[in-house]
Amino acid sequence: MRAPSISAVTLAPHRIAAMVRRYVYLLRSSWTRLLELIYWPAVQLFVWGFLQLYIAQNSGFFARASGVFIAAVLMWDVLFRGQLGFSVSFLEEMWSRNLTNLMISPLRPIEFVCALMIMSLIRLAIGMLPVTFLAMAFFGFNVYSLGLALAAFFLNLILTSWAVGIVVAGVLLRNGMGAESLAWTLMFVLMPLTCVYYPVSVLPDWLQVLAWTLPPTYVFEGMRALLMEHVIRADLMLEAFVLNALYFGAGVLVFLQLLKSARRVGSLLQTGE
Amino acid sequence: MLKTVEPAIAVDQLVKVYKTTRAVDGISFALEPGSITGLLGGNGAGKTTTLAMVMGLIMPTSGTVKVLGAEMPRQRYQVLHEMNFESPYVDMPHRLTVRQNLKVFGLLYAVEDLAGRIAALVRELDLSEFLDRPTGKLSAGQKTRVALAKALINSPRVLLLDEPTASLDPDTADWVRGHLERFRKQRGATVLLASHNMAEVERLCERVIIMKRGHIEDDDTPQRLLVRYGRETLEEVFLDVARGRGEAREAAQ
Repeated sequence: MRAPSISAVTLAPHRIAAMVRRYVYLLRSSWTRLLELIYWPAVQLFVWGFLQLYIAQNSGFFARASGVFIAAVLMWDVLFRGQLGFSVSFLEEMWSRNLTNLMISPLRPIEFVCALMIMSLIRLAIGMLPVTFLAMAFFGFNVYSLGLALAAFFLNLILTSWAVGIVVAGVLLRNGMGAESLAWTLMFVLMPLTCVYYPVSVLPDWLQVLAWTLPPTYVFEGMRALLMEHVIRADLMLEAFVLNALYFGAGVLVFLQLLKSARRVGSLLQTGE
Repeated sequence: MLKTVEPAIAVDQLVKVYKTTRAVDGISFALEPGSITGLLGGNGAGKTTTLAMVMGLIMPTSGTVKVLGAEMPRQRYQVLHEMNFESPYVDMPHRLTVRQNLKVFGLLYAVEDLAGRIAALVRELDLSEFLDRPTGKLSAGQKTRVALAKALINSPRVLLLDEPTASLDPDTADWVRGHLERFRKQRGATVLLASHNMAEVERLCERVIIMKRGHIEDDDTPQRLLVRYGRETLEEVFLDVARGRGEAREAAQ
């Protein structure tokens, strides 16, 4: 395998900014897209928030672990919506049949990926910030009180979401819109394994091994340790970060290989099904 | 000593195989800088695949493509800012206005004095009426003018066109051809145009490459092709090539 040329990995901020501007124009032009960003996280928050209230009223254990479900659902949304923000921005190019225009422009794949990561953050901010305030107003849960730990949780979750988003984008480039459902569903494979709402210890032993290969598992365990035992598990965050660095790097390499394969089979011209 | 000019596009023994299909089968040609060449052929002749390999969108199975001296797709980033492409089969973001789309592509191509360039294109291509309208809400003719504006935003030295006037009414198509002719003369750009439209190729092109099943069947000026095939129009020449000369003559009689 030949390494990508220097020019393919050189970043030009003006091209990244041009792509971000393109997606911001799109968001500004469509209030339904904006509403959609807030709608599902808000629905999730209320479902899990009221469930948390109900269980806490009937269980001393959960009454002590105040906010654990709400924190879990907020963290899960960072992971899921972070990937979705990345993938949907990419899909916008396929839906509008604009991908060929981008591929023949001087835009480098790595710049395209950077723009998608920035859009993932922008979309998350639009969707999640109001929901965190709703959590304070309705359930008295202030996620920002987690302080520095929240930053570590967020960084690790967003890195995983980008790694998955990059691979999904590569598969879409290679296989066209037939692979679109991956963008919406792939993250749900991780949901039971990353133990969003329950501790890793409830999984069978053999599945625990698999769970600990996934960075979000460390985040959700760390989150429960903080909320239930009031312990900051820096070791877990560090391990998650190392795994994320590996997965992110692997994701970029897989993306570049799928792009190369797309050039070989001609799928950059045919981006339909 | 004779001075040789490096071709703007040089294609040498180019082959593209998709699984078992040879879409392009060992073609070679070189286009002089500032020339305008038509790539003619029926469906499945290999025109679009050839254009895609010239743009670096598709990797050749074997053979080479050089654009302005850069090998495609390996060295594509050396020249992509000097190239552009227009096709009715490629769209621009529908919800963005024409102005927004031109701004985004202008930034991607790092166009100097972008506002001035957009203003010039708006004037030349008569876009002012719908400049702030979403691109997806334009008529086919308006969309073609916008796509052309996008293709010209960076004043490309190499312009590739895939059926640029498909689905346009004759008046708009004629207007687009006129504009392409003017651009080519003013900029000295090299244009490679894939088309089914013989009248278009006859009017615009100084050289015609006729493809059939991945091969180059003929390659000459329109005038010489007409003389050689004993025909009055390129359409008749095209039919001769597509059906085989004898067959076409029988049909004509």
